[in-house]
Amino acid sequence: MQLTNRAKQVDRKPMTFLESIYLWNIMKGMGITISHLFKKKATINYPEQTRSFSKVFRGLHVLNRDAEGRENCTACGLCAVACPAEAITMEGAERLPGEEHLYREEKYAAKYEINMLRCIFCGLCEEACPKDAIYLSQTFAPANYGRKGFIYKKEELLIPHPVNEPEAYKKALGEKVNN
Amino acid sequence: MIDWWFLLEKTILIAGIIGLSFFIAMYTTYAERKVAAWLQDRRGPNRAGPFGIFQPLADGGKLFFKEEIIPLASNRFLFVLGPALAMITALITSSVIPWAAPFTTKGGTQIPMQVADVNMGILLVFSFVSVGVYGIMIGGWASNNKFSLMAAVRGASQMVSYELPMGMSLIAVLMMTGSLQMSTIVSYQAEHGWNIWYQPLGFLIFFICALAECNRTPFDLPEAENELNFGYHQEYSSMKLGFYLFAEYINMFISSAIMATLFFGGYDIPFVKEELWGLSPFWLTVISFGVFMAKISFFLFVFLWIRWTIPRFRYDQLMNLGWKKLIPLALINMVITAAVILYFKK
Amino acid sequence: MEIIEILFGILAFLAIFSALMVVVSKNPVHSVLWLIVTFFAISGHYILLNAQFLAIVNIIVYAGAIMVLFLFVIMLINLNRETAPQKNRWLKMAGGVAGGCLLLVLVAAFKEVGMAEKQKAVVNVGDIGLIKSLGKELFTKYLVPFEISSVLFLSAMVGAVVIGKKE
Repeated sequence: MQLTNRAKQVDRKPMTFLESIYLWNIMKGMGITISHLFKKKATINYPEQTRSFSKVFRGLHVLNRDAEGRENCTACGLCAVACPAEAITMEGAERLPGEEHLYREEKYAAKYEINMLRCIFCGLCEEACPKDAIYLSQTFAPANYGRKGFIYKKEELLIPHPVNEPEAYKKALGEKVNN
Repeated sequence: MIDWWFLLEKTILIAGIIGLSFFIAMYTTYAERKVAAWLQDRRGPNRAGPFGIFQPLADGGKLFFKEEIIPLASNRFLFVLGPALAMITALITSSVIPWAAPFTTKGGTQIPMQVADVNMGILLVFSFVSVGVYGIMIGGWASNNKFSLMAAVRGASQMVSYELPMGMSLIAVLMMTGSLQMSTIVSYQAEHGWNIWYQPLGFLIFFICALAECNRTPFDLPEAENELNFGYHQEYSSMKLGFYLFAEYINMFISSAIMATLFFGGYDIPFVKEELWGLSPFWLTVISFGVFMAKISFFLFVFLWIRWTIPRFRYDQLMNLGWKKLIPLALINMVITAAVILYFKK
Repeated sequence: MEIIEILFGILAFLAIFSALMVVVSKNPVHSVLWLIVTFFAISGHYILLNAQFLAIVNIIVYAGAIMVLFLFVIMLINLNRETAPQKNRWLKMAGGVAGGCLLLVLVAAFKEVGMAEKQKAVVNVGDIGLIKSLGKELFTKYLVPFEISSVLFLSAMVGAVVIGKKE
């Protein structure tokens, strides 16, 4: 069965004298290599330059806040159920009076952890969320020396406060449109 | 009794040449990595200093601080002697190369830019190249490892077999110049045109043999880690391994210098008559040195260029090429040259 | 003392010492290495006599080529104390007698020649060891022996190829 039309019959003719000196073919090869000296380099100088991601890139998770800085998450658990890798754990808690500026609804996530070693960055949590509380940003998890460092807590996941730190908030938001 | 000025002059020259050899060898390692990267559409080392120019220092430092391992059952003295011999023989060959036009002082005395302008010039180079085999053999044997020993035998027979066509290709050149003295060969070429125009085949053979003598690709069997389980320096680590590798780069530098001297006019500046310039002798020496270094750099680049183009030979192919192709070719070249010289002399 | 005398002293000491070490060393590889040192010392003597060509050829041919083959063989058969052949007492005695005879003949021959006072080696002058005069001598006066010896080498080479060739 032929898969492609690029297949080539192996040539088993004995080498002619000219071929057995190798010289002409070596010259040809050297012509090819020297032409690469003047080609554009494929390398990206990583820490200084970064490769641009596509708009639908799924990177690290972010827990969202609304425009006043209140957390969207209600600890409903839909994301944890949707997660095929079972990377998400959470614990819910009731909002106390006086905490209205912190949490948007009566229930909130007291604990919210994502294990980045388990996560496959499929984005199903983002799709499952009814409150637009979690989405996948355009950065990826940096290297770490221990497994513990890969379990991201709420402090690491939460987006910066839009009123108190508008700059950081904008940066974390990236190209996602918040609606 | 002892001419102190002479001694001082030569000491300075020797120190300068050894320093130069080390410096060039250092930066050949850097150039190797850079050229390799460029030929493969990469950027190469660019972190240590601007454009990565301190990379060789970083590499050397790394080698120095690595753990030194001497195999328990090895012969300690010979194990240390091996890399030292490789280094010494690599450095010693530089003594007969004329590095620049002789410098004439105001008093009219000429100071040659050459450590020893001996009668036997090129033969001396050959003798030390042939002694260079011991660095490989002793190192490989003293490691007390059968793979090292086999690699040593392989490397030594490679060097011995490629010395033959190298010498034979040279005989044609020597018949033309009629002298073994390096300075005479250079001045002959300045007068009659470079040897490369008369001896292109001889140069080709010499160049291929130089690649084999320096253990460069496509003859770099000691580097064949996957297929031959590494070369004679398998048991070496730290700076002793560094010495072997460094000696290889110095060999490259010296053999480039010898090729430039024998076939490309040495320090002769092409296309011009130096006498018509009326330059001061100091500047003439400096410029001719620069020209010589440019020629050497070109050859060094070709060494690197070939390395990233050609895959390595199998051992039987290597021996076939040496004994069945290069030696007959060199012999034919020799006979033809002799016939032509005889025809023109009559 | 002249500088040449100092050099001669050093070289002579080195040559004799390393030649003794060739015989004395237990390890055959060490013997070969000491023999190489001996060749270098002798080459040094040649240079003192202004025979540069001989010095270099001595290094190329003996130190560079022949000793490499010696080293090949000795390294590959890897002699050590267990595999060393048993030394017969009679064999030892025979060796001693043979060596003594050779020494006797040599001493007698030198005494007969009487080179003690009359002929001193001339240092650093003369050009008989330089390539030009050597070549002239070889290709005029000694042309026939030279060519015969080269034919001998050629036939040896052909013989080696014939033996080495697979049937």
